[in-house]
Amino acid sequence: MENYFQPEIECASQEQIRAWQNERLCKTVKHVYNNVAYYREKMQEKGITPDDIRSVDDLHKLPFLTKDDLREAYPYGLMALPLSECVRIQSTSGTTGRRVIAFYTQHDIDLWDECCARAIVAAGGTKDDVVHVSYGYGLFTGGPGLNGGSHKVGSLTLPMSSGNTDRQIQFMCDLGSTILCCTPSYAAYLGESIRERGLRDKIKLKAGIFGAEAWSEEMRRDIEKALGIKAYDIYGLTEISGPGVSFECSEQTGMHINEDHFIAEIIDPDTGEVLPEGEKGELVFSCITKEAFPLLRYRTRDICVLTRKPCSCGRTHVKMSKPMGRSDDMLIIKGVNVFPSQIETVLINKGYPANYQIVVSRVKNSDCLDIQVEMTSEMFSDSMGQVTAREKELVDALKSMLGVYANVKLVAPKTIARSEGKAVRIIDNRNLH
Amino acid sequence: MIVNQISVFIENAPGSMSSLTRLMRENDINIRALCIAEVNNFGILRMIVNDVYATSSVLKNAGYVFKITPVLAVPLKDEAGGLGVVLDVLGDSGINVEYIYAFTASQKGKAYVVLRVEDNEKAIKVLAEHHCTPVSQAELDIDS
Repeated sequence: MENYFQPEIECASQEQIRAWQNERLCKTVKHVYNNVAYYREKMQEKGITPDDIRSVDDLHKLPFLTKDDLREAYPYGLMALPLSECVRIQSTSGTTGRRVIAFYTQHDIDLWDECCARAIVAAGGTKDDVVHVSYGYGLFTGGPGLNGGSHKVGSLTLPMSSGNTDRQIQFMCDLGSTILCCTPSYAAYLGESIRERGLRDKIKLKAGIFGAEAWSEEMRRDIEKALGIKAYDIYGLTEISGPGVSFECSEQTGMHINEDHFIAEIIDPDTGEVLPEGEKGELVFSCITKEAFPLLRYRTRDICVLTRKPCSCGRTHVKMSKPMGRSDDMLIIKGVNVFPSQIETVLINKGYPANYQIVVSRVKNSDCLDIQVEMTSEMFSDSMGQVTAREKELVDALKSMLGVYANVKLVAPKTIARSEGKAVRIIDNRNLH
Repeated sequence: MIVNQISVFIENAPGSMSSLTRLMRENDINIRALCIAEVNNFGILRMIVNDVYATSSVLKNAGYVFKITPVLAVPLKDEAGGLGVVLDVLGDSGINVEYIYAFTASQKGKAYVVLRVEDNEKAIKVLAEHHCTPVSQAELDIDS
């Protein structure tokens, strides 16, 4: 028996969903036009006013927003309400310019929590469950999002946050956690740790909701087997709200996008042209219910496919595939967004050549980031102590810039290929897509 | 009273030392002594050669990262306890040795110890006072 958190919404007819979208889109466009000077100017440049947007059919007329816009408007330029109306800030990792700051009113938080509640119920959650949230709490949206969702469902919420695996497992055993929420790589790690400790019979998990990084079907099977659960994918991004923009149902063939809050489009990343359903392209979201930070036509850079094929779970909202790649060079390492340009900045600041290579691999279901850096005469010394101290300085600077640990491998000069055209900076051996 | 040591960055990969020694051989450079300090991914190969100038231009042309460091080469008797004399002198004078390696001279019964210390001048002074004066590059070159 499939359960729903809000059946009247999640299983609404296509016509009903469309009607909500038409009404809410027009309202949000007016709200943004009146309150966000940055976007109003973008609309004016295209010669359009809110009157030109009468339904979802007119959505394509609106200008796109990208990460560059967020950088330009940082930190308050895309807010549609004064700060005094906001109750929360969330943020992504990364440095100024790459960091995303999102603002929420209480209403925005409530809707976000509801989206997460839908995901928890779709994974079989009820008020009788113990929801074990091992996503990081704090600026990262993972912890707060699932925490709020679990409260809405009425489940007993364990706000574990990330790390301290021994304590995670102990709570899991002692308090009978039934639903685990974390990144898929941490779920795999927990599975392995539980097996090593011989505690597989002591845990009562039945389901897991895993997101914030890409994972393959193979990894899903590994996790399901290791923890004896059914593993569900969840998708989201801070710009749009956080986890729960879309989530998987029992069919596990894609994630239902909460279309009463977000309108999804697939575009050609090169031309910006909207592509028909079923074609692969870049995912674009427009928020139609948010008050404080309602981004319109935000380009996620995630490449995926949308489908409206009827789903056996009974939900009618459009489904998106797992992201199949990126239309920019962003990497997601252990759930953290990493841009090669950040690595380049650190290298140059520390006196290394900007000729580097990034190798990403997955070792025991956990991401591993290796950066090959060419040694220079300036950085070299006859003293191993000095060379390793400089190396450590670089590793620390990278950790502080990226928010994730990188192994530095110093290589001989001129050994990293210098290609004539676009340099091959990234080798991703994870086979995630 | 100092000798120039050449330190070369080498990757920890099969063949990396072999290609360096091949380069030395092809350019008729004799490596008189060498030692390697290594961590996981790379090593520092330190060597005393018969021709520092030729070696540095060969390494430069071949694209190696290297450093020339003034170190001390102290002659000692190639017999039990020979090294101890030198180290006692330095230790008693509070001079810290960062690294050390040794090689025998072509002359029978004679050896050299290569020392890297923080303050060459101070070390030379105390060693000279104890009749262990480090040799100059020229002296070392003659003795080959």
